[in-house]
Amino acid sequence: MNESFVLGLVTIISAATPLLLAALGELVVERSGVLNLGVEGMMLAGAVTGFAVTVTTGSATLGIVCAMAAGMAMAFTFGVLTLSLMANQVATGLALTIFGIGLSSLVGAGFVGIAVDPLPKLNIPGVSTMPVIGPLLFSHDFLIYASVALTAGVAWFLKRSRGGMILRAVGESDESAHSIGYDVIRVRYMAVLFGGLTSGLAGAFLSLSYTPLWIENMTAGRGWIALALVVFATWRPWWVLFGAYLFGGVTILQLRAQAEGWFDVPSQVMSMLPYIATILVLTIISAGPWRARLKAPACLGKPFRPAS
Amino acid sequence: MSDFNFTRRTFLATSSAAALTMGAPMAFAAEQIKIGFVYVGPVGDHGWTHGHDLGRKAVEKKFGDKVKTTFVENVAEGPDAERVIRQLASSGHQLIFTTSFGFMNPTLKVAKQFPNVKFEHATGYKTAPNVSVYNARFHQGRAVIGTIAGHMSKSGVAGYIASFPIPEVVMGINAFTLAAQKVNPTFKTKVVWVNSWYDPGKESDATKTLIDQGADMITQHTDSPAPLQVAESRGVFGFGQASDMKAYAPRAQLTSILDDWSDYYIQRTQDVMDGTWKSQNVWYGMKEGMVKFAPDGDSITDAARDAAEKVRKGILDGSMHAFTGPIKNQKGEEMLPAGQSLTDEQLAIMDWYVQGVQS
Amino acid sequence: MSLKIERRQELDLRMFYMTPVLAVVLTVLAGFLLFMFMGYDPFLGIYYFFISPLLSGYGLAELGLKASPLILIAVGLAIGFRANVWNIGAEGQLTMGAVAGGGLALALIDVQGFWVLPLICIAGILGGMAWAAIPAFLKARWDVNEILTSLMLTYVATLFLSTLVFGPWKDPMGFNFPQSEMFSDSAILPIVLEGTRLHLGVIVALLVAVAGWVLMTRTIIGFQVRVVGQAPAAAAFAGFSRKRMIWLSLLTSGGLAGLAGLFEVAGPIGQLIPSISPGYGFTAIIVAFLGRLHPIGIIGAGLIMALSYIGGENAQVEAGMPQAVTGLFQGLLLFFLLASDFLARYRIRFEAPTSRTTARKEASAQ
Repeated sequence: MNESFVLGLVTIISAATPLLLAALGELVVERSGVLNLGVEGMMLAGAVTGFAVTVTTGSATLGIVCAMAAGMAMAFTFGVLTLSLMANQVATGLALTIFGIGLSSLVGAGFVGIAVDPLPKLNIPGVSTMPVIGPLLFSHDFLIYASVALTAGVAWFLKRSRGGMILRAVGESDESAHSIGYDVIRVRYMAVLFGGLTSGLAGAFLSLSYTPLWIENMTAGRGWIALALVVFATWRPWWVLFGAYLFGGVTILQLRAQAEGWFDVPSQVMSMLPYIATILVLTIISAGPWRARLKAPACLGKPFRPAS
Repeated sequence: MSDFNFTRRTFLATSSAAALTMGAPMAFAAEQIKIGFVYVGPVGDHGWTHGHDLGRKAVEKKFGDKVKTTFVENVAEGPDAERVIRQLASSGHQLIFTTSFGFMNPTLKVAKQFPNVKFEHATGYKTAPNVSVYNARFHQGRAVIGTIAGHMSKSGVAGYIASFPIPEVVMGINAFTLAAQKVNPTFKTKVVWVNSWYDPGKESDATKTLIDQGADMITQHTDSPAPLQVAESRGVFGFGQASDMKAYAPRAQLTSILDDWSDYYIQRTQDVMDGTWKSQNVWYGMKEGMVKFAPDGDSITDAARDAAEKVRKGILDGSMHAFTGPIKNQKGEEMLPAGQSLTDEQLAIMDWYVQGVQS
Repeated sequence: MSLKIERRQELDLRMFYMTPVLAVVLTVLAGFLLFMFMGYDPFLGIYYFFISPLLSGYGLAELGLKASPLILIAVGLAIGFRANVWNIGAEGQLTMGAVAGGGLALALIDVQGFWVLPLICIAGILGGMAWAAIPAFLKARWDVNEILTSLMLTYVATLFLSTLVFGPWKDPMGFNFPQSEMFSDSAILPIVLEGTRLHLGVIVALLVAVAGWVLMTRTIIGFQVRVVGQAPAAAAFAGFSRKRMIWLSLLTSGGLAGLAGLFEVAGPIGQLIPSISPGYGFTAIIVAFLGRLHPIGIIGAGLIMALSYIGGENAQVEAGMPQAVTGLFQGLLLFFLLASDFLARYRIRFEAPTSRTTARKEASAQ
């Protein structure tokens, strides 16, 4: 394995991380039966808040915490509209994105052209200097480790914990969950807020680590890719990680192919590859014998109001 | 109908009075000129649109109360542009700058309906009695930074983050490569197209990929400072784009090509005030102050600085041209014999790459 | 006393029509505060946003021009949404409609004739349908989720258009800029209202909405769509084919999106350029739901949405507001409109904590 190959993998990991973070939150939201298409707007709110707070206070930690809070505030707005007032989820999510773009550029107007130091790399003593696996596994900033830990956490939560079981029950059959005494709306609020939290975190990763700067609309559509990845993963956490790394991997691969001049095709055709690859892989997964397990949460997108 | 008009007028009068009490600068001076700007991106892009907005602010600063400027940002190239331009023209703006190539046909359509309004379209090629076009010779700047790259690159490979293959971008890639090859004949430029003017994440990915491929000089024709940030953190050098990006890469930025529209915008405003505005087609460069440079970075070597200075002077006094033969294309065919220079007409439609460009 | 929310037994029609008005009133109030807080004259702000675009014939024509692609796409999407088919990729189908129809217009650039325009319209519809057929096939054959496929195909479509206008379809006299030749007059939609940009496509969009209404309420297909969406088990029992619904809704919405794309290039644009639509395919999703998936409601929602865009431009030009403020305001408007639906469907009542009579009444109501 040469150095350039390893560096390429490191690039893939950082390209995939914002997608992974945002998609994990959305996965939990959707498993509870709610479809929030406002990921892009929540990411922008997180990106601008994280950056602005870090620049103003000098503390990246505080910036990240506030970014998560900003994502949650956006998610709360969505929750009030869709869960309490039963507005249509798809339209409200899209409106949330429009709102988030406007809000973030308003807040961020004073922060264009300012630089912050990127988040420090957490070099794990002893192993971070090892060849190949050192840079690959043990020399990232903590948000990257956090994204992998979060994947494991979400997977454990959904599969093994009592809370996860309730969440899934709410997403699969809200009426029966309600009839055995669970507070469907409350569970969904918590899921939606968690989605806001990770989207905010994904935004903060963009504006503080990936490209430590603020410019308007800097998410450039990553919220949409994150949404698609949840579907790609058929609502399973480790598949989200696989999907994010696949998408990031093909993106980097096509950039590398361009730089090397491997194929004599227009660059636009190369840029199509990540999207086509995602469709192809999902088709293969869906056509396989395991397809029975791939169903979307049964109550996805449907409003719920207890009968009495 | 008359009732209706009456109400509307009263409404406007009251609200103007309200605006006045709120301290908004009002247009009472008879000679005040309204100037409109149509932007394709947000003013907060720190790139192309930001540069034009600095030009707008320079006009305001220079003329104070004598002008009132208006801008509309994020205008999509298509039907929306025509409506926005028309709206500016019909609301009393006498001079309108439309600052993206895609605004060309909408600008001309509106100009036909408003013969008394002056229009200025950036980067296009169609003029009319009341439509001028203007553009900057960015490739001159590319020749200067190419010279620096040729001197300072150890690997002899530069990474070029490109947006879309339009002539201006193609010209820039070629001018950069030719200048670097004058210093180091085997110099190569690896180009990655991100198919966007504006996606910091993707620009950053492309930069990392290019550095992984051995590039140790990074330059870009996209808007965000992300490539320079990567250059900074990976220990290679780079050049800013459109504005001084030193804040993002204090060590890595060797210099930056600056788009400076201020002088042109001030001049054209003055022309309208004096009644001397005429339709024209200009392609200004370093000499006219439309292409400038940020101060040299600390890391630049003396040899590179001197060579760059020589190119700069040469272009300024006309003794040097960014495209002087012999020039070969990627296949090695001679496109221009020794001793000749490409004409403006040939440059304006450039769609081929010089030898040493890998894309 | 406690706040109690209960579902209305029947949709309150008066509230159903009143709530959008209420939402607009609330938005105006919120906008008033927003503009004041941001340092702009609130009266002027509201005036430029909501009123001044409507004061001239030209302004009204622009409103129709901006609303028509939204209406056209939303009517198609609404059929799918009712059948629980989630076509999120209308933007891509719009692009491919423009590519197919625009490509034919370029091929026929030297040809005159009344038949050119209908022909390229058909090509536009087929282009959009073909692009929607991919998610339809994948969904019908292997149950591949159409949210992902249609969304991803949008990016592919945009890049495909870009490949063409940067490459083979580039205007040879266009200084190598990414744009095609201008279409011939035979391929341009005629203007309906002299002195404006209101073209024939706007009329077609309205007719399509009416046709959509008839289809959904008066035909057996419309009935099947509703049953498949609302009660899939009952639909299967009645022998309605789920696969047929997938094909029907995706092809309809794709075809209409393709037609909308063609209307843009054969209407106000007049040539192929790298970006044809400022996100109409996505905005139309909001329009479809704002219009409550009802074709007539969609006309109203499309007009309101178009007004919010044009009003935003207006406020930038006339009041010097940055786009951020207008975007924020647009978001607020949508929030209020979406939330107001609640009042039509639910009743808020104040009542004593546990009154035995109401509890019994509810029990019997169930």
